[in-house]
Amino acid sequence: MLQTNPSTSPPPMVSLSAAGVRRKGRWLVRGVDFSIARGEIVTLIGPNGSGKSTTAKMAIGVTRPDEGHVTRIPNLRVGYVPQKLAIDWTMPLTVDRLMTLTQPLRGRDIDAALEATGIRHLARAEVQHLSGGEFQRALLARAIARKPDLLVLDEPVQGVDFAGEIALYDLIKTIRNTTGCGILLISHDLHVVMAETDTVICLNGHVCCRGTPEAVSRSPEYLRLFGARAGQTLAFYSHHHDHTHLPDGRVLHSDGTVTDHCHPDDGHHHEEGLPAGRAGPMRIVHAHGPTCGCGQHGDEKPAANTGPLQERGDA
Amino acid sequence: MLDDFFIRALLAGTGLALTTGPLGCFVIWRRMAYFGDTMAHSALLGVALSLLFQMNLTISVFAVAAIVSLALLLLQKRGSLSTDALLGILSHATLATGLVIVSFMTWVRIDLVGFLFGDILAVTPQDVSLVWGGGILVLFAIVYLWRPLIASTVNPELAAAEGLEPERARLAFMLLMALVIAIAMKIVGILLITSLLIIPAATARRFSASPEVMAVLASLLGAIAVAGGLFGSLKFDTPSGPSIVVAALAIFLFSLLPWRRRAEEGAIQADTGGHH
Ligand SMILES: [Zn+2]
Ligand SMILES: [Zn+2]
Ligand SMILES: [Zn+2]
Repeated sequence: MLQTNPSTSPPPMVSLSAAGVRRKGRWLVRGVDFSIARGEIVTLIGPNGSGKSTTAKMAIGVTRPDEGHVTRIPNLRVGYVPQKLAIDWTMPLTVDRLMTLTQPLRGRDIDAALEATGIRHLARAEVQHLSGGEFQRALLARAIARKPDLLVLDEPVQGVDFAGEIALYDLIKTIRNTTGCGILLISHDLHVVMAETDTVICLNGHVCCRGTPEAVSRSPEYLRLFGARAGQTLAFYSHHHDHTHLPDGRVLHSDGTVTDHCHPDDGHHHEEGLPAGRAGPMRIVHAHGPTCGCGQHGDEKPAANTGPLQERGDA
Repeated sequence: MLDDFFIRALLAGTGLALTTGPLGCFVIWRRMAYFGDTMAHSALLGVALSLLFQMNLTISVFAVAAIVSLALLLLQKRGSLSTDALLGILSHATLATGLVIVSFMTWVRIDLVGFLFGDILAVTPQDVSLVWGGGILVLFAIVYLWRPLIASTVNPELAAAEGLEPERARLAFMLLMALVIAIAMKIVGILLITSLLIIPAATARRFSASPEVMAVLASLLGAIAVAGGLFGSLKFDTPSGPSIVVAALAIFLFSLLPWRRRAEEGAIQADTGGHH
């Protein structure tokens, strides 16, 4: 479900509330709200340039929010696998040496991480000689060897084939189950996510929609498409948007208005339930259209769009 | 033949090479050769200002090089001009300004060639203690900052995400570069400092399995180049800076040709052997 009971859910390690990043007079992403607790998997999806990496960097403190708040528990230990990492060939670096890049580690922790990712035989290989998939695994091994509280994986399945994708997701699931760490996963696949995902956040410069994925195993057709094995690893995510991103970058709202941007406070969205500024699992941006079918509809009416925020609309 | 001044030059030169080894590796890994060159060129402005205001030479050269590198960082962040255009402007503007200021000061006699290309005869006992004192300081700083420096060279965002403060490492690296430039000026000269940074490190690359090995090896190869260059400089009465760079180049070329062929042959033999 979208709403978690605060008394039973573990406290979040990281929470973002109305967080946004502005560069060169343009908002890369705005109004982002979500949180990650121990053992929780959050998947950020969205097209290229939608602010997924920016959002992840905000969450772990690499990028400061220009508005809103990001809070982290003190001494949060992050394991980060960036999206693009090119190691200059002039630097001699073996997989073994890569493991201790940001901190010294015990030999058995290194071995265990290499074993878990299936690249123990490559420990002495130079990273520049690895294939794309092997390098991705080496980066993942490095990130888990330091036993992080929060594992951040920016498009870990890029350049990996379907079987490799299944294997990688299974590995991520095992890591979560054995270490209990929280996981922030970024994917450019808009419809298929890791089945274990607790919350999907759909981004396109703002949060377009959010929710939980549906098990593939519930649909015989999808099961046939994916196979039973993949059907346990992957899940479908259905979007519920109350607006459309037009090809020219403008946004068409369900009330028929077209605006240059789409921000949570622009008066075209319903705000649901929770007091402003509260971090945590909540449904701020999701206002409902007649066909969204999310089962969360309260008694709000389109009339809510004529609230005092209407004047601030950027149409 | 081994006069006092030559022993001093040898001591100063090898002491310098120990610090340029690891720093040169970072210059190569971070692709900052032109950046280092620009900082070095600004040293002449430092020389001119120290003469004009009668300040300590090393301190003014260090200060000008540090200010130029910080200015570059700021201008890069504003992003109005491309980095190579900025480097080109600052590099030659500071060098030219230094030359103009020096030419106005008709009352001081200054050995310009010595500053541009290095001069072993000018190495005093104070210079030797400066090289070793400054060099030990630089080495200690590099060892202390090693992990953040390496991690932020591989990926600054990864270093930041895992708590290693890449900006601090970068700033420290700039200041160390400025310090080494101030120290190196008398021995290899302003125009050739970058070569002493780069050539030994490039030579060390192919023989190194880790960044640590490459840094140590670059120091040793640099020291050999300094010794060879100084001998040559004394024997053929050539300026010390170019002689050291030529010696470093000779080692680089020597390491390139025979080693590579032998290694490849070995690999091919092992390969064909495996197929039988
Ligand atoms: Zn949207
Ligand atoms: Zn969506
Ligand atoms: Zn709805």
